[in-house]
Amino acid sequence: MNLKETDIKDFLRRYSVAMILLIMVISLSLFSWRFLRPANLINISLQTSIVAIVAIGMTFTILTGGIDLSVGSVMALCGALASGCIVRNGFPIYTAILLALIIGVGIGFLNGLLIVKGNIPPFVATLAVMAISRGLTLVYTQGRPISGMGDDFVYWGSGKIGVLPVPVIILFIIFLISYIILRHTRFGLHIYAIGGNEETARLAGINNDKSKIFVYMISSFTAALAGILLTARLWSAQPNAGVGLELEAIAATVLGGTSLMGGYGGTGGTVVGAFIMGVLANGLNLLEITADYQRVIKGIIFILAVMFDIYTKKEKKKG
Amino acid sequence: MKKNLSFLLILLLVISTVSFAGGNKEESDGLTLGLSLSTLNNPFFVTLKEGAEAKAAELGAKLIIVDSQDDPSKEATNIEDLIQKGVDALLINPTDADAIVPSIKKANAAGIPVFTIDRGAAGGDVVSHIASDNVAGGKMAAEYMVELLGGKGNVVELEGIAGTSAARDRGKGFNSVVSGNSGLSVVARQTANFNRAEGLSVFENILQAQSEISAVFAHNDEMILGAVQAAEAAGRTGIIFIGFDAVDDAVNAVKSGKLAATVAQQPAEIGSLGVDAAVKSLSGGSVESSIPVPLALVTK
Repeated sequence: MNLKETDIKDFLRRYSVAMILLIMVISLSLFSWRFLRPANLINISLQTSIVAIVAIGMTFTILTGGIDLSVGSVMALCGALASGCIVRNGFPIYTAILLALIIGVGIGFLNGLLIVKGNIPPFVATLAVMAISRGLTLVYTQGRPISGMGDDFVYWGSGKIGVLPVPVIILFIIFLISYIILRHTRFGLHIYAIGGNEETARLAGINNDKSKIFVYMISSFTAALAGILLTARLWSAQPNAGVGLELEAIAATVLGGTSLMGGYGGTGGTVVGAFIMGVLANGLNLLEITADYQRVIKGIIFILAVMFDIYTKKEKKKG
Repeated sequence: MKKNLSFLLILLLVISTVSFAGGNKEESDGLTLGLSLSTLNNPFFVTLKEGAEAKAAELGAKLIIVDSQDDPSKEATNIEDLIQKGVDALLINPTDADAIVPSIKKANAAGIPVFTIDRGAAGGDVVSHIASDNVAGGKMAAEYMVELLGGKGNVVELEGIAGTSAARDRGKGFNSVVSGNSGLSVVARQTANFNRAEGLSVFENILQAQSEISAVFAHNDEMILGAVQAAEAAGRTGIIFIGFDAVDDAVNAVKSGKLAATVAQQPAEIGSLGVDAAVKSLSGGSVESSIPVPLALVTK
């Protein structure tokens, strides 16, 4: 084995997800000249940003070996609460947003408590909270959309700073914060340790319970934020917003190379994973592929991408 | 080596998947229309799509169809993609009247004319709205009722959810005929919220209160089928029932004689008239801001 070949292998291992994204971008630009136009790339970033923000929070829970199925419902609930407080109660915009975010974080705290103190598996606890949050959303909205929040609110989902849409800039900030937490703080280290082996982490003196509760609060925070951004993007809070979004967020995380067993991965891969899905959806639309085939193709590419990732990781362990 | 091979394999697969499905068929001479449907998981909208496709083929226009899967966020994404794609006009069947507004404004900003189909939008510039003429449907039901009753009798109206355009328009059409007919008197008018179970319980109560009922009109089939059940359970016969929507259950009930008639929307016609209006407008013709699509009465 010569040096050059190991270099390539190492590169592939490290950036396998990014490579998949790159391949897709190159092949799509060959088939549609519109794909690489700056307007379309900004378009894709905007479309991806909301799922990516939720997926970053999801990555935290998955890194500890958990999962958060409640994110889609939390999005809907917090989007509706923020809008409702503005439209129905006449709250100032930022008071309403702050209140919705606090309630979102509170739901995450509840998730964490159920899992840590109630000893309920994360899948079950967050599934229950998902149902409760959706139900509360329907009660609060009476099943009807809420609109009329005004331009200052709508700006957060539809406005631009320079050429970049506001949600894209928020995604960038959230990603930076998540990167710093995971790579440069003690808490980040604890997350990986818990996901790697909970018992060992405990013996090493880590307060597993506290860290886990905090992780679910982060996940709910990003979901609440994404819900507010989505509401601002659609100029209305939809009672059925975010249905099925938890699966997209999990898919982005797994595509991004984070292990569902926990302990391995990171938010950089997750953002790339979200962009793979965004690029795919946009590309298939530009290529005029009908909706039914789009689902089939998305499924196939998802399997291929994960297989490719698993394969390169396995090689790494062998080497 | 093995890895380079697998890498190449995947590259090949991705490219071939995309190319098999897409190909490079971007440029065409004729008009390109984007059609965004709220869902394709409902036979009504599938038929609407087929009507639109047939008309587009007839007029030589290209139709790009996207499916929102009843998700306003997916809808926004799809419409942005169609705008990027540079379609000549957008035909939108919104998932929600409010949530569609930012998408329509984006299309307006890009100079792409927008037509709404079946459901309207709460804002933005829309060239034309193409939808069933519910007022005419209500009238049609009332006229058939008058004919069957010989212009005389006690009539009950089961209303849909208050505030919805369907309930408002169907009721308006129905009452415009009934109020002009001195032989008919409306003895009860109550809402059953488009719901079968409510249709049943509301009509049970009406049956208790009214000893003579000649005919019932409901704003949709679910409510009328509930009312039919209530009458059967109470052993009341000789009542004429007329519904709206022509859902499968109702059409079967018409065949078996339990229902006198139901008013059918014509989704294929809605799709067809939508494409027609867009092409006409793009070719410099003028179109009405509201295009009512005729309905049809289903009888035995």
